[in-house]
Amino acid sequence: MIRDVVTAFVLLNAIVLIVTYLTYVERKFAARMQSRIGPYRVGRPHGWLQPIADAIKLLIKEDIIPATADRPVYNLAPIVFLIPSFLIFATVPFAPGLGVADLNIGILFFLAVSSLEIVGLFMGGWGSNNKYALLSSMRAVNQIISYEIPFVLAALIPVLLAGSLRLSAIVQAQEGLWFVAYPVIGQLAFVAFIIATIASENRVPFDILEAESELVAGFRVEYSGMKFALIQLAEYTHMFAVSCLGALLFLGGWLGPGLPGPVWFLLKALLIFLLVTWVRWSFVRIRVDQILGFSWKVLLPATLILLMATGFWVALRSGNVA
Amino acid sequence: MADPEARKVIELGYGGNERLVMNMGPQHPSAHGVFRMILTLEGETIVAVDSVIGYLHRCHEKLGETLTYAQYPSIASKTDYVAAMTSELTYVLAAEKIGKIEVPTRAQYLRVLVAELQRIASHCLWLGTWCLDLGGALGGGATVFLYCFREREMILDLFEALTGARLLYGFHQVGGTRYDLPEGWATRCRDAVVHIDQRLDEYESMLETNTAFLWRAQGVGVISKELAQNVGIAGPLLRGSGVDFDIRRNDPYSSYQDFDFKIPMETAGDCYARYRVRMREFRESIKIVRQVLEGLPEGPISSRPGLKSVGQVRIPKGEAYARVQGPRGEVGCYLIADGGPKPYRMKWRGASFSNLSILPHIVPGHKVADVVAIMGSVDPVFGEVDR
Repeated sequence: MIRDVVTAFVLLNAIVLIVTYLTYVERKFAARMQSRIGPYRVGRPHGWLQPIADAIKLLIKEDIIPATADRPVYNLAPIVFLIPSFLIFATVPFAPGLGVADLNIGILFFLAVSSLEIVGLFMGGWGSNNKYALLSSMRAVNQIISYEIPFVLAALIPVLLAGSLRLSAIVQAQEGLWFVAYPVIGQLAFVAFIIATIASENRVPFDILEAESELVAGFRVEYSGMKFALIQLAEYTHMFAVSCLGALLFLGGWLGPGLPGPVWFLLKALLIFLLVTWVRWSFVRIRVDQILGFSWKVLLPATLILLMATGFWVALRSGNVA
Repeated sequence: MADPEARKVIELGYGGNERLVMNMGPQHPSAHGVFRMILTLEGETIVAVDSVIGYLHRCHEKLGETLTYAQYPSIASKTDYVAAMTSELTYVLAAEKIGKIEVPTRAQYLRVLVAELQRIASHCLWLGTWCLDLGGALGGGATVFLYCFREREMILDLFEALTGARLLYGFHQVGGTRYDLPEGWATRCRDAVVHIDQRLDEYESMLETNTAFLWRAQGVGVISKELAQNVGIAGPLLRGSGVDFDIRRNDPYSSYQDFDFKIPMETAGDCYARYRVRMREFRESIKIVRQVLEGLPEGPISSRPGLKSVGQVRIPKGEAYARVQGPRGEVGCYLIADGGPKPYRMKWRGASFSNLSILPHIVPGHKVADVVAIMGSVDPVFGEVDR
């Protein structure tokens, strides 16, 4: 009991720290892509204190609540948005035995809780009582419903290959061969997973809910100070969580020579994060109808067919075909 | 607003009845200045748009009456501040037309040189901000934006070496130009142009192979040839809709007839066609810049050197309209002189102003996201719209 509480506490703080620095990694990475330097002034070398400075700045900023806002909903939204993002880490095994709870339906829990964030998002958009925010949260609901399905289908392919819903068992099944290297199925599933990841994380080219060139900042347009920081934190935490899931499902989690397991795991998660960031900073945003069309007409049938093919292949391999 | 016709909003017949009126601007990340659009939405679809301008009105035409012919050119650059060289040139050309003032060939060539460099710089800004509109400040759009600014910077550096200013130059004056090329400037200019030429290939390969970009640009905001001519849009918009018209060729000024260049034209009329026209215009401008640098004759840069006081330039009684092909289209200046050191009346014809009037015709029926794409492809500068 006490051990679990301590693990959870340490994990929570570690995640906050990692996520804070992910923003820094992204800013530096984007800056290199755009032939800039990025944050440089706060902290030597290379402005490494920048995320801390940003956090302090947001903490001491004035907290503005719009006069026409629905106060309880507006105030609650960032918290409702944040909690699922942290909750999903409960099932993530960083190494054998290093995790809060290794549920036997780990991946199901992960997917179910991670789609809860839409509730907070919609609350924020609705509670702000702002037209931009409202449009944005409508788009969010549209988009997340459309992309959760291919996301889940793509995540189920490694489950089929491993034959277990337990995340640690999925990693152990990749002892010989990471699923991303699994002939044909693995690569296609990985690509589908990355696309669905970008969409469910609301990043360019699928960031229609933030869409600052049309909707200013989307659902968070009325948020300032610490509430804004919480929303940002939740978003990056969710992104990190999904990157971790990608590392677990396709890149063999903690498996790897030489380095300790958790280091391998974090490196792989970082790799997926950078892949998504790379896409983000080189694409333009697509329109809402195009996003929905792409999801329902292309991604969903493709993942469905892939899932069926995988199932058939697994059955064939185990000799259970009637 | 006494005239009800003037307030008529072009509206789309639409089945639903739940409408949302949303303001875009005057403070908006993609307003390209201070511009307000009142959008009526049905879900995400726009059924009506009403544009409100005038937030940047600075009484330019009245100002033109109170400033002398020597003073105003440097203020004229503030109408279209993205392409300052063009508006200066228009004013000066109008004054020269009334006074029948000869301009030395070297000065004419220098005017063409800066006008074309300005076109490149202005299109750089357009490409960057348009991609910013499409892709957002936190996405691929910002990447293109920063790349474009890197190239625009090279031209601004050239202008700084030439005139001492980076945005509003005061380069032109009645009778010629104020400054001659400094030592080594031509070499620097050649290098910059080679560099920009290479970078253009990079942008094209980055954008035109990008499916997301094509999805957003192709088939969006289609302007038919008839509509383009009826509304009176100009420049890349007009040529994107299949009307082959360019003042540089149809009514040459400032020795444009000496240079060999093509007028790019597309027929599709969508955002992508306008993008293609501008991308090809980049190349043509580079070609003209090279020709000017090759063929620049020696000689005086002004037919009225040694200006001692600002009131010295006097234009005889008369009136004239001068027009110039600016980066955004036809920039015109109508000038009435009464023989004094100041014009009696001045009237600007801004390309952005007439281009902007296309919005109510093409925006209804599109999604909210397309509004910014269309706005960006129209490329208005609000200094020129409001004046």
